[in-house]
Amino acid sequence: MHTTPPARRLRAVALLAVGGLALTACSAGSLGSSGDDSGDGVTLSMLIDNSEQSMVPMQGVIDAFHAEHPDITVEMETRPQGSEGDNVLKTRLATGDMTDLFQYNSGSLLQALDPAGNLVPLTDEPWIDSVDDAFLQAVQSGDDYYGAPQNQASAGGVLYNTQVYADLGLEVPLTWDEFMANNEAIKAAGIAPVIQSYQDTWTSQLFVLADFHNVLTQNPDWAEEYTANEAKYVDEPAFAGFRHLQEVADAGYLNSDFASIKMEAALDQVATGAGAHYPMLTFAIGPMVAANPEAAEDVGFFAMPGEDAGGNGLTVWPTGGIYIPKSTEGEELEAARTFLEFLVSPEGCDAQTAAMPPSGPYQVEGCTVPDDLPAAVEDMTAYFEEGNTSPALEFLSPVKGPALEQIMVEVGSGIRPAAEAAALYDEDVKKQAQQLGLEGW
Amino acid sequence: MTTTTPTSPQAAAAARAVTTRRPAPRHRGYARRTYPLWFYVPAAIVFGVLFVVPTFASFYFSLTRWTIFDSEFIGLGNFQQFFSEPALVKGLTNTLVFGVVTSAGKVVLGMALALLLTAPVVARGYLRSVVFFPVLVSTIGVGLTFQVLMNPTEGLINRVLGAVGVDGPAWLVDPSIALLSVAAVDVWKGLGLAVVIYIAGIVSIPAEYFEAARVDGAGWWQQFRSIILPLSMPATSTVVLLSLIGGLRSFDLIWAMTRGGPGFTSDTIASVIYKQYQAGFYGLSTAGNVVLFLVVAALAFPLSRYFNRREVNL
Repeated sequence: MHTTPPARRLRAVALLAVGGLALTACSAGSLGSSGDDSGDGVTLSMLIDNSEQSMVPMQGVIDAFHAEHPDITVEMETRPQGSEGDNVLKTRLATGDMTDLFQYNSGSLLQALDPAGNLVPLTDEPWIDSVDDAFLQAVQSGDDYYGAPQNQASAGGVLYNTQVYADLGLEVPLTWDEFMANNEAIKAAGIAPVIQSYQDTWTSQLFVLADFHNVLTQNPDWAEEYTANEAKYVDEPAFAGFRHLQEVADAGYLNSDFASIKMEAALDQVATGAGAHYPMLTFAIGPMVAANPEAAEDVGFFAMPGEDAGGNGLTVWPTGGIYIPKSTEGEELEAARTFLEFLVSPEGCDAQTAAMPPSGPYQVEGCTVPDDLPAAVEDMTAYFEEGNTSPALEFLSPVKGPALEQIMVEVGSGIRPAAEAAALYDEDVKKQAQQLGLEGW
Repeated sequence: MTTTTPTSPQAAAAARAVTTRRPAPRHRGYARRTYPLWFYVPAAIVFGVLFVVPTFASFYFSLTRWTIFDSEFIGLGNFQQFFSEPALVKGLTNTLVFGVVTSAGKVVLGMALALLLTAPVVARGYLRSVVFFPVLVSTIGVGLTFQVLMNPTEGLINRVLGAVGVDGPAWLVDPSIALLSVAAVDVWKGLGLAVVIYIAGIVSIPAEYFEAARVDGAGWWQQFRSIILPLSMPATSTVVLLSLIGGLRSFDLIWAMTRGGPGFTSDTIASVIYKQYQAGFYGLSTAGNVVLFLVVAALAFPLSRYFNRREVNL
């Protein structure tokens, strides 16, 4: 009587233990056999941000690559976007625990990773000559290049609903005054003139970041002066970005739910004509068209308007890069090089195009984009063809404060006036400059 | 297995007799030490490596400009910068407001619910577990759920309010009430623990006091005012202390619900520190953590001493 329950329990424990053993034996066996099946198979891991516009095209490239190189398997690992993802990436890099390949921004953000110390130089790769110079400069450190272009260049400007413009008889504004005049007409028609989406705080920064071409047309040396702690955001021409957002907010031109929506909802609004303008980066065009097919026709794109029509042009973000950390060695390193060679080739570009319609020109020679692109992408490409572009500030200066997005949310929400906000941001960047050990801070 | 037979009562008694009869070791100074010193070594190593060393390392790193790759000694520069940060003033006041509001809410509501749940009500056991349930749910989960519920246009809360003709506020995106909205959710989530502590406090009050009070003709309010309130003081001090400390270092709920926004309006010290860490200012954020440590200690120690003394006086 007394002995049965413990005995039964014992039997159960024994069963579990044996079962567990059997399971481990099983998995070990299958691991071994899968290695045998594919001969000298190499598995590469790649860390990539979890945005759709990064993951979907890269999966397309990986699938096409697998078809051509069955002996190499590439596995994607994702990380959060923004500064949270930066932390993941920097920590893994610092601890030598990085994946075999990883994706990250080009430009000044890359410099913070100390490329010469942490990355494998790609200067002697066969494909390097086919890559656009603008991109190579953004992945250069010392005499070496460290990255392969991830996908297409993007730009910052204003997405606008062409139906609203046609109905109201408006024209694409070349100056800020024309833009405000358009807004007035749009508001009179009962449509939200300018869309903001402060649940994705980073989207608030476009008024400042996308205005940078206008800053450069007024002062071509602004970026150098800024890095040297001489030019400031409280002063014109850079102050215009802060001032513009306040003007738009004060005039009541923002959508009523600006504080509570995310980027997806904002893209829906501009696609359906519930709102007229949405300051945005062009990488958002792909997801927008995927969610609202009519947006391919109905949404156009123009550069952030500045002071005078003659200087009108586009602020451009070169594409992110794919990098190989120094911790990748041996046959993994060889396989990683093979993968990059495929990525930076017309086949690689075509695989991306097939996975997701491109949102801008590829920065690789020989890569073409299809003709039936969304209207907004064609509008953007026109600026590139005219050569009417400037790189964004983060590609010219390493100084960027972390709090710009919150500060801009405050300006748009009427919590803090533009002048105070610009002064606060100037303080914010000081920390970054000191952390980087720049001269003159 | 041959040892599965239950231990007989005689054997147990014999074992007890053996332990009691054994003479206690009477070395000077070691009289009451049960185990030899080296028994403490594993715990000391774990404590040293995981707690003492990092704590002192953080004191050092708070004095440096530290990228993950190397560090440069800059003296008190980080503290100077941390205190000149405009977000910090806001964060400091918000932290205090959040700590005080949440502990006040938990004391008042916790006491009220504990009174209800110690009274003979229907389904008392079920209600007690329902009240405790939010404590068990992940904070991030609660935060994200309430973020959806509190959406000003689509959220369930404002839809319900709208259905009865009330124009609900924009809970989390209105700068003037965002922090209080988060505090309300924090009270909801942490209330269960306060209730449990209060229930324990109330049921441990001897029934004779209530009987005597009733014989003397004391009403419900007088019993509460003169018996329950003073005699559950230990429970109150525990609740205040726990929720104040929790409130001062509150981060996860705020981060899940508002990320310190809109702008900086619901930033607390902890979220300011986290953002600095995110931005890669490791030395600066370590300095912030040292400050937070000192603030919490400066508030918690006197408070706990004060409560302890009052308990003795009772």
